[in-house]
Amino acid sequence: MSDAAVHTGAHGHAHHPALQHHFDTMQQQKEAGVLGMWLFLLTEILFFGGLFMAYTLYRIWYYDAFVAGSLELDLFWGTLNTAVLIGSSLTMALAVRAAQTSNRNLTMAMIIATMVLGTVFLGVKVIEYEHKFAVGLIPGPGFVWHGNEALGRNVQLFFSLYFTMTGLHALHMIIGLGIMTVILWMTWKGRFDAEYYAPVEMTGLYWHFVDIVWIYLFPLLYLVERHN
Amino acid sequence: MLDTLKLPERHYLNNGHGLKSWLLTKDHKRIAILYLISISAFFFLGGLFAVGIRLELTTPQGDFFQPDTYNKMFTLHGVIMVFFFLIPSIPAVLGNFLIPPMIGAKDLAFPRINLLSWYIYVLGGLFALFAILVGGVDTGWTFYTPYSSAASNTNVIPTALGVFIAGFSSILTGLNFIVTIHRMRAPGMTWFKLPLFVWAHYATSLIQVLGTPVVAITIIMVFVERAFGFGIFDPQRGGDPVLFQHLFWFYSHPAVYIMILPAMGVISELISTFSRKKVFGYSFVAFSSLAIAVFGFIVWAHHMFVAGISVYAAMVFSFLSFSVAIPSAVKTFNWTATLYKGSLTFEAPMLYVYGFLGLFLVGGLTGLFLATLGVDVHVHDTYFVVAHFHYIMVGGAIMGYLGGLHFWWPKIVGRMYSEFLSRISAILVFVGFNLTFFPQFVLGYMGMPRRYHMYPDEFQVLNVMSSAGAAVLGLGYLLPVIYFLWSLKHGEVAGPNPWGASGLEWRTASPPPTENFAEVPTDIPEAYEYTPHVVREAKLV
Repeated sequence: MSDAAVHTGAHGHAHHPALQHHFDTMQQQKEAGVLGMWLFLLTEILFFGGLFMAYTLYRIWYYDAFVAGSLELDLFWGTLNTAVLIGSSLTMALAVRAAQTSNRNLTMAMIIATMVLGTVFLGVKVIEYEHKFAVGLIPGPGFVWHGNEALGRNVQLFFSLYFTMTGLHALHMIIGLGIMTVILWMTWKGRFDAEYYAPVEMTGLYWHFVDIVWIYLFPLLYLVERHN
Repeated sequence: MLDTLKLPERHYLNNGHGLKSWLLTKDHKRIAILYLISISAFFFLGGLFAVGIRLELTTPQGDFFQPDTYNKMFTLHGVIMVFFFLIPSIPAVLGNFLIPPMIGAKDLAFPRINLLSWYIYVLGGLFALFAILVGGVDTGWTFYTPYSSAASNTNVIPTALGVFIAGFSSILTGLNFIVTIHRMRAPGMTWFKLPLFVWAHYATSLIQVLGTPVVAITIIMVFVERAFGFGIFDPQRGGDPVLFQHLFWFYSHPAVYIMILPAMGVISELISTFSRKKVFGYSFVAFSSLAIAVFGFIVWAHHMFVAGISVYAAMVFSFLSFSVAIPSAVKTFNWTATLYKGSLTFEAPMLYVYGFLGLFLVGGLTGLFLATLGVDVHVHDTYFVVAHFHYIMVGGAIMGYLGGLHFWWPKIVGRMYSEFLSRISAILVFVGFNLTFFPQFVLGYMGMPRRYHMYPDEFQVLNVMSSAGAAVLGLGYLLPVIYFLWSLKHGEVAGPNPWGASGLEWRTASPPPTENFAEVPTDIPEAYEYTPHVVREAKLV
């Protein structure tokens, strides 16, 4: 681009190669990125918020049907997935720390560990979905309900929300895995150092957010009334 | 004097030629031009559907179109005008072009995301065009369930997905603006030196970021119901269609403020320039933008007074809806006070401002009629509502957009347009608009419902007036296309500051260089430092 001379900073020394032309300093660039990411996560909260709103309303109206629907979910797989996802948040946090301390090999190892755990989560989700298909718990004309007949139509609402919420969550994880593939490649190419690791940190923020959504989904969907 | 003005040798328009230099550009000014071209195309497409509506309504019988075709006409007019023209209009074109130079920055914080937002917008637009080509959609722009999710046999899914996709473009633009305004201001450009245009866009961006995701998820819920047979809003399975309306209006009411707030920002800039005065009560006007953004989020249920919500909820939402009038009135009174004893002139941009002030006043005050529970029951879903929101969205938002476009056009292309034709066009728009929509207030009050292609004979005179007005309005919208295009080659060279305006954007060349300023400005003045003509002339003597 033109007028490269404009971008020579006040200190006169050459700039970090990752500094974009319209920012004055790495500090400014990073602050802008972080603020942008948090705003994006805010939109994500409102995105899922619409579903949580619908969930809250129908759970209040049709509590018994939500209990019946929730009992159809497999507590073992749900709990396992919660543990897997929390574990992946730990490895993601370690990846960010490793990038911050310019430890390239550890960053790559931790990103790969996060991706493996994320894939395990999705695999478990496939097992669960497949089971629901097999027993006919997919809302719509083919819905099969063997429990209390009076609750059947409202249980469909529960499963409509279950599939929409967990499906969108899974979609976010798939996108996250895609982003991590890119970040892994960039790490391997040696793009990051202690001064510039913002993309790793942003990916971490995104991954933790997706994790937190699950932390809410798990009790709301699996644990409606498990104490009896 | 004008002979000595020359276009700068290097500017953003000649920095790179060919299609690729435009389609892969990261320059906010070029992206603004890309938006300008695409939203103008959608504006005239949406206008074409309006022509169909007004044509059908010239006679009481249904004679031009089948009822189903008519349903598709008003649906597509609404969908295209709201989601593909009005929402992106001022922010994506004027905001995109002007916010960086106004705050002394080289670009928006995220240039690549800015370009991405345009591509997302185009993708959403292609979905909508696809829906039109394969037969259209007839749900109304509001997509109310269960009609949209279960009953309608038209192309709801591609249209809704188009709206969903375009929403992300809007989110990214808003996000980019917020970060830019926080992090990219030139040294010395403090918050209270920012032009009110920037404040208005900050408030708009907050709504875009907080509201749009909610309509996105709402569309997803309609989508899974229609595509997979899920039943989130299906009354047969205990789902609640009114929940859809709550979620839809949680975005779509604030969306009106996405349209009007940037227009208000434009008005503040223009009114001070053409009355040669500081905007009266700067901080009140700035904070009233934020107040409108906040209040705008807590009034949505006034769209549902007759949808079966509880009477207590209706009372609360009625009261809150009245409260939006306060910050709106703060702005209107402050603009009027700015005019007072100003050195007023009558250039085309300022004609749009005068038009805006009158039309926004009518649109705003009739909004209070609709916020009143008893009156709303009488005029709900009548042409009174149609007239009201057109006074805000066309009389307010589009007048602001056109005023802004005329004001900054010499900055954007470096040349002036025909002064005579532009004044004619501003007058045509004002007269045509009033002739089109004022009769609709009367029609609505007399009881003519919206969204019907036939009506009783006694409504014909007013409907013919409305259709005639639409023809005048259309002419007023076509004229600028002609003289703007003419100006590209043949217009007089404008020079950096043809209006004698005070903002930072007028300190750089027209058209500006790619990096906006040859040198980043360091002496940032207070906003709107004007010397009235009278005083200045006295000094000259």
